[in-house]
Amino acid sequence: MSKNEYEFEENKSSPPTPPGRGPGMGGPGGMAVGGGEKAKDFKGTWKKLIAYCKPFLPIIIIAIICASGGAILTLVGPNTLKRITNFITDGFMSGIDLPAVTKICVTLVIIYLSSWLLSLSQGYIMATMTQKVSKKLRSDVSEKINRLPVSYYNRTSYGDVLSRVTNDVDTIGQTLNQSIGTLVSAATLFLGSLIMMLTTNAIMTLAAVGATVIGFVLMMVIMSKSQKYFSRQQKNLGAMNGHVEEIYSGHNVVKLYNGEKDAKKRFNHINSALCDSAFKSQFLSGLMMPIMIFIGNFGYVAVCVTGAVLVMNGTISFGVIVAFMLYVRLFTQPLSQLAQVATSLQSTAAASERVFAFLGETEMADESHKTTKLEDVKGEVEFRNVRFGYEDSDVTVIHDFSARAMPGQKIAIVGPTGAGKTTMVNLLMRFNEIQSGGIFIDGVPTSEITRENVHDLFCMVLQDTWLFEGTIKENIVYCKEGVSDAEVVKACKAVGIHHFIKTLPQGYDTVLADESSLSAGQKQQITIARAMIKNAPMLILDEATSSVDTRTELLIQKAMDKLMEGRTSFVIAHRLSTIKNADVIFVMRDGDIVESGSHQELLEKGGFYAELYNSQFEKIS
Amino acid sequence: MPIKSKGRFFIKMIKILKYMKKKERLLVLCSLVFIVAQVFLDLKLPDYMTEITKLVQTGDNKISDILTQGGWMLLCAFGSLVASIIVAGFAARIASSFSMGLRELQFDKVEAFSMQEINSFSTASLITRSTNDITQVQMFIAMGLQLLIKAPITAVWAVTKIAGKGWQWTTATAVAVLVLIIVISIVITFAIPKFRKIQGLTDNLNRVTRENLTGIRVVRAYNAEKYQENKFEGANSELTNNNLFANRIMSIMMPSMSLIMSGMSLAIYWIGAYLIDSAGMMDKITLFSNMVVFMNYAVQVVMSFMMVSMIFIMLPRASVAAKRIVEVIETKPTILDGKKTTSVDGLEGEIEFRNVSFKYPDAAEYVLEDVSFTAHRGETVAFIGSTGSGKSTLINLVPRFYDTTEGEVLIDGVNVRDYTQEALHNKFGYVPQRAVIFSGTVESNVAYGDNGKGAYTTEDVENSIAIAQSSDFVENIPGKLEGKVAQGGTNLSGGQKQRLSIARAVCRKPEIYIFDDSFSALDYKTDKLLRHALKEKTSDTTSLIVAQRIGTIKEADKIVVLEEGRVVGIGTHEELMKSCSVYQEIALSQLSKEELA
Repeated sequence: MSKNEYEFEENKSSPPTPPGRGPGMGGPGGMAVGGGEKAKDFKGTWKKLIAYCKPFLPIIIIAIICASGGAILTLVGPNTLKRITNFITDGFMSGIDLPAVTKICVTLVIIYLSSWLLSLSQGYIMATMTQKVSKKLRSDVSEKINRLPVSYYNRTSYGDVLSRVTNDVDTIGQTLNQSIGTLVSAATLFLGSLIMMLTTNAIMTLAAVGATVIGFVLMMVIMSKSQKYFSRQQKNLGAMNGHVEEIYSGHNVVKLYNGEKDAKKRFNHINSALCDSAFKSQFLSGLMMPIMIFIGNFGYVAVCVTGAVLVMNGTISFGVIVAFMLYVRLFTQPLSQLAQVATSLQSTAAASERVFAFLGETEMADESHKTTKLEDVKGEVEFRNVRFGYEDSDVTVIHDFSARAMPGQKIAIVGPTGAGKTTMVNLLMRFNEIQSGGIFIDGVPTSEITRENVHDLFCMVLQDTWLFEGTIKENIVYCKEGVSDAEVVKACKAVGIHHFIKTLPQGYDTVLADESSLSAGQKQQITIARAMIKNAPMLILDEATSSVDTRTELLIQKAMDKLMEGRTSFVIAHRLSTIKNADVIFVMRDGDIVESGSHQELLEKGGFYAELYNSQFEKIS
Repeated sequence: MPIKSKGRFFIKMIKILKYMKKKERLLVLCSLVFIVAQVFLDLKLPDYMTEITKLVQTGDNKISDILTQGGWMLLCAFGSLVASIIVAGFAARIASSFSMGLRELQFDKVEAFSMQEINSFSTASLITRSTNDITQVQMFIAMGLQLLIKAPITAVWAVTKIAGKGWQWTTATAVAVLVLIIVISIVITFAIPKFRKIQGLTDNLNRVTRENLTGIRVVRAYNAEKYQENKFEGANSELTNNNLFANRIMSIMMPSMSLIMSGMSLAIYWIGAYLIDSAGMMDKITLFSNMVVFMNYAVQVVMSFMMVSMIFIMLPRASVAAKRIVEVIETKPTILDGKKTTSVDGLEGEIEFRNVSFKYPDAAEYVLEDVSFTAHRGETVAFIGSTGSGKSTLINLVPRFYDTTEGEVLIDGVNVRDYTQEALHNKFGYVPQRAVIFSGTVESNVAYGDNGKGAYTTEDVENSIAIAQSSDFVENIPGKLEGKVAQGGTNLSGGQKQRLSIARAVCRKPEIYIFDDSFSALDYKTDKLLRHALKEKTSDTTSLIVAQRIGTIKEADKIVVLEEGRVVGIGTHEELMKSCSVYQEIALSQLSKEELA
């Protein structure tokens, strides 16, 4: 069995999560260039993002003006310092013109302060704007969740949607915040300092720019070479995540099968690959800062030497050197910032692409034009030649389903896994839309009324007892308005959980947290109480008791029988014993009804149902 | 932010450093040498600047003199670059190999954990601790080595260089540093707690979204979309408000830093003008060059303080990560190895519980109380009872997922605690409630691990797949035995995963099967066929079965009925139907009277 190859590099089972890029602290990631993902359509995504930010455009423009204004004011600094220096050097013999120096200095103080104010306003505006955009994005994603068809969630993992709401939106918020302001001020500084240098002295400019360019060519070479190490690092991190997740969550099996050695071997393999790529990527990103400093120093030396020569020739004054020493800094600094902005714009685009892809998913059809409304229904439900298959596959799940339920009947749907039982319920609730045929409630096709209206007609209890973090009362009342405490108590008494709730320290106000001490049965009783409060004319029970043991089921069964009184009910069950008293049993297999009738009739018929039923009790012979 | 809590952060960071290997410590020392060299060269640079300034001002020198000085400057700059590249290399090497070591320590530790420790941390948290947290520490160490050590050295050295050159300038620099510290403290005091709060609020937002997603059908059925959206809006607004506050505070930082820098340069020149004006003729040039140099040093000092402040901003996050890692590494496993590898002859496949009681540590109530029974070779013993009756706990005591609180569990006549874990585990074919599927192939999943009897043959694998009623669906997988299985088995159905997981147990040819509610995911028909095949092909193997369905266990040689942790009945189905009221109740709830007869 040595054919276990360690193909973790190609393991694409789950997209690798970016390491430690959680929300919070935009902090000093500083020189860590690279590692960001790339968007497939950089331009298109940015266009979408800008269109999305449209309401904020005027304020963004103000921020941009502030950013460039602040940068321009910064540029005045060195030139003024040059003048001070000249005053000083000129005054070696005759004494310095102190009032003039003071005047310049005071002007400079004002300039610096205004530059500071402008940058502050820019930062403030951008911080505010990006947070508002992030908030809107999150809200839009959240609303989008409820406008997508249920079938969308069959093919997408929750984690994927969740990471768009938090990680991706956070990335957009953070990078947008830093990148736009920096982009504008860095570009202004870069161009401005170039112009200022040129107007001050061309030869000196040549020296300064030349030195910087040499440095930057060097940096670009390193950066382009390092890209592959960053993506390898991401891949290895993903592989490590995957392996650790697999081994930790299968801990009991790994241990009992003595799989530790094998797991450790694979772990070591990934770990040393990770160590190697971590070293390389960490080293390369660690190089950025020293190189930047070197470029600064190199420019500095070039300026000093050239300047000194020129001063001795009498071409320039010493103040020019002083000014250039500062200009070189103002010139190189934005260059590295621009490099950072480039990567951060990339990650913004990559994150936005995912968010916009989600926002662009096809929604359920708009129904605002529908005027028919069903209220006070009798509860007659008819399926007529229903046919259904998921839109993204050619397989027909339901072929030709026809059935009729009379008001007040208890209808059971049984059949092996994959027969299409839950699909039928989803079609009845219009969670999915049928492809042909029709479903009629009291003779009205459900396609003619709104989904909301359909939902109002049914109480629904599902296998997964869905409770949220909140008090028991909140969980029972849920979104229904105007429910009195007495009604809640009545419902709980009916499902037999009132006494238990009373034993809890805070009674109905006990908060149900993640690891609440409720048993599966108690949770189910609460969801049944919720359905009772809803008090809709029909009822759907989709494997409502599968997750509880049979003794608890007996208790719940009583509650459910209570709920079924007078309601047309559809019951999907795994355990055949629970549906023996149904008025009609539909036996489904491969998307069609193969048999129907009462329990007794079906047993006598000796068909599929009888086989299914008897398989529970056969003896080993 | 109080200094005390900062100190606490540092202690946590230092605590994790004790796991540094000797080689890594040595590398830290080496990089220290190069850092000093780098600082020396960085600070040497302005000295040459002084020379050049003097040369230019005195005027009667050759250009070659200036070029010589320029050459030295360049050499310094280049030397500094080389030194810092070496430091970067060392830092990256230390950080990556240190984190590799930590990762391994942690992995080994988790592998040694019993269910008790795993549950106390939660699997999700252990995964984060082994991945993200370590990456955090790695990044911090790489950055820290480059900045944390260099910054104070630079600051102190630069200060000594400029100390004697004019108290007025020194005061200006001190004021700049002071303002810097104030700005940073404001940011840290107000923003960092918010950032921590934001972490919690993000979790909250995640929770609300997750609720909506997991309950999507309920939400729709109740027309509760608006209700959920309002809830989300609440969480969203709270998060946004905190984010707004924190980010606005943070936005003060950069502009203020550059204001401080510019302000300081200006102050030095402004002061300089007055100093030079009042100085004697001869001192003027010296003072002037001093001023130019001073500014450069002062910038270095302020820059070092900025770097240190960056570390302080990174520190809380990294130290939380460090603390979480150390927590795992320093947890002592509760299940320790015994010495025996062999068992008593003639007792293979025998399991005995002798007055076993169990409670979770710190819990008041016993989960199991005084349980005794024996299973002989080839027998099937089933456990039934309602949720919370302790049947899964009982079965977990056999392979030592937990150890008994009182009493003992014997396998093949030997207390399970006396075996080495490897020898003990080799006796079992274990199938958990939730099937565990590894990424790989069908074959690698079935022929998983090691049973101490050498490698599995393809025939073994095929046989066990047949017994587990999986041949038909494995045939349909492209590649058959070599067919790819995704992580978590996402390309298989629940029943298929469970059957593969049963095939894995069969393939081991164990003395004892442990089925922890493993048949519930199967439909009745498959359940029946599978049990028949097992009975037929592996009749020598003792089986322990936890089940919910009476149908699954009706034919068991012995059924143990549990109620609130106590045994309320042991016997065959027929015996229990007569004598045990709890069993009767369970049975009646599933089958009608006639069917049971």
